Amino acid sequence: MSGAKDIHDLIDLMAKLPGLGPRSARRTVLHMVRKKSYLLAPLADLMQQVAASARECLNCGNIGTTDICDICDSEKRANGEICVVEDVADLWAMERAGVFHGRYHVLGGTLSALDAIGPDELRVPKLRDRIASESISEVILALNTTIDGQTTAHYIADELGSDVNITTLAKGVPIGGELDYLDDGTISAALRARKAF
Amino acid sequence: MLHLSTLVLSHFRSHKLARLTFDQRPVAIYGNNGSGKTNILEAVSLFSPGRGMRRASALDMTRRPESLGWQLQSDLVRNERIHQTKITSDKGAARRVLIDDKPVSQLALGEISRVIWLVPAMDRLWIEGAEGRRRFLDRITLSFFPSHAEASLNYEKAMRERNKLLKEQIRDAHWYRAIELQMAQTSIEIHTARMRALDLIQNAQDTATTEFPAAQLTLEQSEGDMPTLVDDLKSALEESRFRDMAAGRTLVGPHRTDMIGVFQRKGVLAKDCSTGEQKALLISMILANARALKDQIGAAPLVLLDEVSAHLDNQRRAALYQEICDLGAQAWMTGTEIDVFHELGDRAQAIHVTDADGLSHCTQHESCLI
Repeated sequence: MSGAKDIHDLIDLMAKLPGLGPRSARRTVLHMVRKKSYLLAPLADLMQQVAASARECLNCGNIGTTDICDICDSEKRANGEICVVEDVADLWAMERAGVFHGRYHVLGGTLSALDAIGPDELRVPKLRDRIASESISEVILALNTTIDGQTTAHYIADELGSDVNITTLAKGVPIGGELDYLDDGTISAALRARKAF
Repeated sequence: MLHLSTLVLSHFRSHKLARLTFDQRPVAIYGNNGSGKTNILEAVSLFSPGRGMRRASALDMTRRPESLGWQLQSDLVRNERIHQTKITSDKGAARRVLIDDKPVSQLALGEISRVIWLVPAMDRLWIEGAEGRRRFLDRITLSFFPSHAEASLNYEKAMRERNKLLKEQIRDAHWYRAIELQMAQTSIEIHTARMRALDLIQNAQDTATTEFPAAQLTLEQSEGDMPTLVDDLKSALEESRFRDMAAGRTLVGPHRTDMIGVFQRKGVLAKDCSTGEQKALLISMILANARALKDQIGAAPLVLLDEVSAHLDNQRRAALYQEICDLGAQAWMTGTEIDVFHELGDRAQAIHVTDADGLSHCTQHESCLI
């Protein structure tokens, strides 16, 4: 392929993004270069701004442009509920659903002795502090149902003890899902969690 | 009925390219030592979850000196439904599995195929350490319950985490309790599945008319009994924590289980039996495994028997062939001479494997009467 080195470097960088490979990176860059004024230039400006301003919320670990994110800053969200998630992407997924009106706590991963990720690396001490300082009455564990996710959930539940009400998301048939497409484990969990119709 | 109707080996060990077609009958593979017979069996064993019968890495299976990676393709027929199955590894990279052109996890192979095997390395199974017997038992269990693989993987992951905490002398009780709960839950799944598998094998041995002696099988822990309730195992792990910390590893759980075999008719421990009797017990278990699987899934599994026929007397060999044919299993058997398969006649198809300068060549025959 012929062309300027900068453009090749941009393609190489783009190919490192999640969901993009070399081919899709080439197509994306080519598309942006063709739409230079209304895509490439504004994107470059915005990326520069975000690079300068993006930061983790000092309270919950959400990503925003201020030290304290909008959710933590809002008094309306101080309803005594805190939802614990592994990653910012999980927080954003919960927010997209628009049904949770409390605050969040982003752990930033899961416990893993093998990867040297302990409770301190996961902002668990900060969670303990927040439960006391923000008068939290319910902690909702919204962690992934992997072995690591569930070990972390059990750890937090065990660590917090009975000082606060601890709940976890239900596991079972997704809305609009078909039983035929579910794995045995999900069907088994759904059956165990059945309730009166 | 479960069988392979095609098998293509590409750059797999000594086979540069072998395109083979089969009907439902057993397959007798013969040729000189080192010609590449067992490599075909290993290829078939990879059409089930796990690392295959040699437990080799993907890199070890690649043909040298090219080292281009390898590919296996097969039309796997189960109850008249064809599954186009492909397993590939690029230059030593992890194996990728495609079923009907869709990438799937290795565990998905367990949903469409069942493969069991007996190889010469198992000849010392009854007299060597418990690990080999445990692995043999887990292969049997996996053949009945594909979810056993996932439970075992989850248990091992949780145990590695706990062992790391023990080695690092970390004393966070909350962390231990969280991991031990995961271990206890998966342990009970593993233990229950193993017990059910042993029951199925025992029952299949006891109800069969066979030339091969039945083995009475029990599970034994290295110390004490295996708890059967999650809470009991959790408590056992908690109680063992300080001792485990001194040892630097977990000393309680299903990874400390041993399978004890007794030659049922004589009441003699398998480890004290003659070499021939020990082999006969293993064959008995493999055949019982195949019979029980046929009852369970409606199709006999693929049965891989590496160098088994040569070690049997004429009467037992004939009985083995008869049982395989009665089962309707596509058994894959190896031997250095075609003579050991003559008894099978046209009840089996044959492959003659020859070797020239490290390159295997396969010639197929319609029957064993060559």
